[in-house]
Amino acid sequence: MKRIAILGMPNTGKSTFFNRLTGAGARVGNWPGITVDLLAAKILLGGSMVEMVDLPGIYNLHGFSDDEQVVRHFLESQAVNGLVVILNASQLDRQLALLLQLRALKLPMTLVLNMSDEAKQLGIKIDLAELARSLDMPVTLISAKYGQGFESARHAIEHIVQHHPAARLADTAGLSQDDRIEVELDRIVSGSVSTPITLPPDITRRLDRVLLHPWLGLPLFFITVFLLFQLVYGIGTPLQDGMNWGLEQIKVDLLQPALVHAPLPLRSFIEDGLFDGIGTVMSFLPIIVVFFMFMAIIEDSGYLARAAYLMDAIMARLGLDGRSFVMQLMGFGCNVPALMGTRVMRSRALRLLTMMVIPFSLCSARLQVFLFFTTAIFAPRAAAMVMFSLYLMSFLMAFLTALVWRGKYRSVEPLLLELPPYRFPTFRQLIAQGWQQSQHFLKGASGYIVGGVIVVWALTHYPFNVPPASPTTLAGQLADFMAPLFQPLGIDRLLSVALLFGFIAKEIVIGALAVIYGAGQGNLGGIIAGKLDWVQAYSFMLFTLIYTPCLSTVAVLKQESKSWWFTALAVGWPLGLAWLVSFIFYQSARALGW
Amino acid sequence: MHTSLDHLFPNQSGTIETIEAGPELGRRMAALGLRPGRRIEVVRTAPLKGPMQIRIGHTELMIRRIDAAKICVNLVA
Repeated sequence: MKRIAILGMPNTGKSTFFNRLTGAGARVGNWPGITVDLLAAKILLGGSMVEMVDLPGIYNLHGFSDDEQVVRHFLESQAVNGLVVILNASQLDRQLALLLQLRALKLPMTLVLNMSDEAKQLGIKIDLAELARSLDMPVTLISAKYGQGFESARHAIEHIVQHHPAARLADTAGLSQDDRIEVELDRIVSGSVSTPITLPPDITRRLDRVLLHPWLGLPLFFITVFLLFQLVYGIGTPLQDGMNWGLEQIKVDLLQPALVHAPLPLRSFIEDGLFDGIGTVMSFLPIIVVFFMFMAIIEDSGYLARAAYLMDAIMARLGLDGRSFVMQLMGFGCNVPALMGTRVMRSRALRLLTMMVIPFSLCSARLQVFLFFTTAIFAPRAAAMVMFSLYLMSFLMAFLTALVWRGKYRSVEPLLLELPPYRFPTFRQLIAQGWQQSQHFLKGASGYIVGGVIVVWALTHYPFNVPPASPTTLAGQLADFMAPLFQPLGIDRLLSVALLFGFIAKEIVIGALAVIYGAGQGNLGGIIAGKLDWVQAYSFMLFTLIYTPCLSTVAVLKQESKSWWFTALAVGWPLGLAWLVSFIFYQSARALGW
Repeated sequence: MHTSLDHLFPNQSGTIETIEAGPELGRRMAALGLRPGRRIEVVRTAPLKGPMQIRIGHTELMIRRIDAAKICVNLVA
């Protein structure tokens, strides 16, 4: 198997190039010692199968950022037949420096200049023949977005594969040596690139004048995020409901009739364990696809980098940045895609801190539980206040978490972000994002989710000869065992079994309570209002708000962090916090005589 | 006039004289085009002592004021 690595600076359309070159067959590869996802795809080039690997964007081969270390580690440990270097044609005056550094690796290389359309608009002229001559390598000019120039780029890669059939490691001297390339850089650029002295006032500057306006910028940012939220969940949630409806139909019309004669434990396992597990995974797919299609717009457009600019004065104090804030707000719809969306932040520490914060966002699933409880227990006026207090608590816990953990997950990468020109992605790019991310979720998280649902199924259904979730099941025994922990919170055994169900997904908590209390969903509200006073109910809601949002969130935390230790922390910390907050609330309320 | 980048107002520009950043920040700056001799322009600044938007060649960047203070510029009238 031959292997070609694709390298380049951030914001050069490297991934667009990769996607167009390789089609839809990209997979997240497994590389030892590498903690970020690298996409790889096998394609037929020049008569042999070639594995193309999309390495993260780097500014400097000798830099210290997480991505720069990943690239160095990859080049040190993986033999390649050659490198494809992608640079932005309109920024060659600085980006060629990366190519000159890479040349010291002594690997076969070809240079691909992307964004020919933008360079042309800016009036930048590049003498390709002269550039190829002074660099001593083939150079092609393409537009990855519009698919121009791919024929010659493919030829250049085929040429490498045919003339360098043996893969080899990079010359490690080139990975460490510090170089004096600036003189050479200026010489090559002045010899082959001509740039007009004055820039035409373009659309980007006019947009920035409004969108980054000192006083209008922030209100516009909040309006933008609000609209984004409405669009993603306005489209995604009905699709999710449709998916759930379809799954329910399959269960009732196909699965249950087929299993009529099966022994009870098997039937229960397939219907309530395995099928519900798969259903939990499937129900996230529509939201993930819609979320990432809109995220691709907001990210590729360059607005996300501008969000970092606008919010930095506030977020820097929390150790986060504006992009974390966007993801935290999107988490109020659903935590799962918001956690996956943190991938736009390239510093691992910043990502991990953001991933600690997002699960506190009061997602729509938790909202269902709270709406049910508040309407059952509180008068309408008080109910509104209670809902408001829960949202307030959600933000409070998030900021508290950021403050507590910002020391441990301190981003050492300089916040020196490029504000690229506003670009609108093509529909093809949106589809690619939605497709790749849902594939990624299916591969990375579905196993854990199905496994977790089955574990909870076993706890609540075994032994099979008693009603599910009743005191004699494993879950009931567990609730007995945990009673000393939950009693001081005013959470009784029945409610703590509901919390166990809530670990799978908050959507099923109400249904689970109906089963536990032996009530229909219609009169459940009345039963709960009769059994719980408002202090107990509020304590239960606080705990539900703060502890693990759902199994899928945990699975995605693991998938994204690739660390069991971090996952344990991201589950343990909110659990402890939930207990503490509920304890303080319940005990003080009781002490005050409520 | 010699000053540091964080003292420039929007629409002012200058020529970079020296950069006194550590190796990590310095390398990132160089990769983004911030090198001695280059002309740099402040496009706008964010309120509440937020970051600055600067332009160098065809690249626009956001830079925190604390990092901008590490860049000495010769102000162009």
